[in-house]
Amino acid sequence: MLDTTKVLNWLNEFASLIEQNKAYLSDLDTPIGDGDHGNNMSRGVKAMQEQFAKSSFESPSDIFKATAMTLMGNIGGASGPLYGSAFMEMAKSAKETSDLGTIIQAGLNGIAKRGKAQTGEKTMIDVWQPVSESLLANHLTQQVIDTAVKSTKPLIATKGRASYVAKRSIGHLDPGSVSSGYLFTAMLNNLK
Amino acid sequence: MKKLINNPSDIVVEMVDGLVNSYPELLNRLDSSLIVIRKNLPENKVGIISGGGSGHEPAHAGFVGQGMLTAAVCGQVFTSPTPDQIFEAIKAADTGKGVFLVIKNYSGDIMNFEMAKDMAEMEGINVDSCIVDDDIAVENSTYTQGKRGVAGTILVHKILGAASENGATLEEIKQLSDKTISNIKTIGVAFSGATVPEVGKPGFVLADDEIEYGVGIHGEPGYRREKLQPSKQLVNELISKLKPAFPFKENDQYAVLINGLGATPLMEQYVFANDVLKQLKSEKLNIVFTKVGNYMTAIDMAGVSLTLMKIEDQAWLEKLNSPVMTVAW
Repeated sequence: MLDTTKVLNWLNEFASLIEQNKAYLSDLDTPIGDGDHGNNMSRGVKAMQEQFAKSSFESPSDIFKATAMTLMGNIGGASGPLYGSAFMEMAKSAKETSDLGTIIQAGLNGIAKRGKAQTGEKTMIDVWQPVSESLLANHLTQQVIDTAVKSTKPLIATKGRASYVAKRSIGHLDPGSVSSGYLFTAMLNNLK
Repeated sequence: MKKLINNPSDIVVEMVDGLVNSYPELLNRLDSSLIVIRKNLPENKVGIISGGGSGHEPAHAGFVGQGMLTAAVCGQVFTSPTPDQIFEAIKAADTGKGVFLVIKNYSGDIMNFEMAKDMAEMEGINVDSCIVDDDIAVENSTYTQGKRGVAGTILVHKILGAASENGATLEEIKQLSDKTISNIKTIGVAFSGATVPEVGKPGFVLADDEIEYGVGIHGEPGYRREKLQPSKQLVNELISKLKPAFPFKENDQYAVLINGLGATPLMEQYVFANDVLKQLKSEKLNIVFTKVGNYMTAIDMAGVSLTLMKIEDQAWLEKLNSPVMTVAW
């Protein structure tokens, strides 16, 4: 059952994981992107935590909405609108249901629509899709998340900045998939 | 990293304040946001807005002013501005005739500008936009986001800004943007990578005797690395790529923009310009407009880009030549 305390714990742990891995995320982004994913995500999750600290929330949906607005307004780049759209759709979905699988699926649809992307294009969708499927089938594990993140390594990027390096993106993890992996690890630790 | 800064995370705010405070007669900064807007907004003209990540100075804020951009939205370094920022700029630039957004072809920029456009349309503001994709270094195939937007964007600012100044409607500006963008093509050569202040090390490293063709303005990889050659040979390579892209035809009119990427001295840019103009002359092209200098940089990258614009309509040339009041044109 989703409740506001658990959801806040989840997102605060996500923020900690981003902070701990800020340099690593930017390093991943350097050979195939523009080397700023860690700094951008860090700016976004810090703003999110500041918002949490000065708000009281009635429902998980309210938390997701606040998360959407702060991430969208502070990350910039492509990750801002993508994470923003994901949490916005999750906020809408959480009004109707407390089933996490359904909520994450709504987030996935938000990302796909905003980024005009599908699975296999070396984007965060390659993590959101399998995670959402496993959640709906009720067998999400850390291994599912790790496998999904690793699955982006051999792919050729066809969306996002990494698509400019085309074949040279092979052999590199997709930074957005790695940060999405942190989101789901934190979810698993707090909502199981 | 050796940079003239205070704190890497304050660099964009301090840069924008520095610019606006240095040119108070031309520019204002919108409170609370990294938006540079021109002083004395003209009534009833289409607002022209551009923007994107910072690190490309003088783009875009250096082109804000009479005859060019109404406002520029500054993101973090190499990072698109956010939808709420762009929306603020749209509201501020709208004087009743609508607002036109000039977007460079990067997925982040497109998503953020589109979201802002949606927000503005919900408030009843007329907004239209164009996407500049002048960099021919990247193959435009179904497998990529398409070509990148680079220095040619500045020529788009200039032409659309002049059209707005002359009282063009939003629809006319949209049509003009479509026609001009398809006639602008750019390709560059890098001598070094760029160092994002918050990262602290260059995005890529070239050896002392190495150059790379086709590098993007965020240090995106180009199409070939090779040993450093004399300027003439570099120009020859770049023109050999531009020639079939148009393709060149005898006596056709072209505008030329030679753009330094941030760390290449003007002395070298003029040497490069000299070779460019000579070789274009031997191609029997009619060069009717030339600009040389730093217009769209990549922080501290050494290198240059070469933009050619085929002048299909004399009105475009008039618009390139019309006077402006900006910091950097």
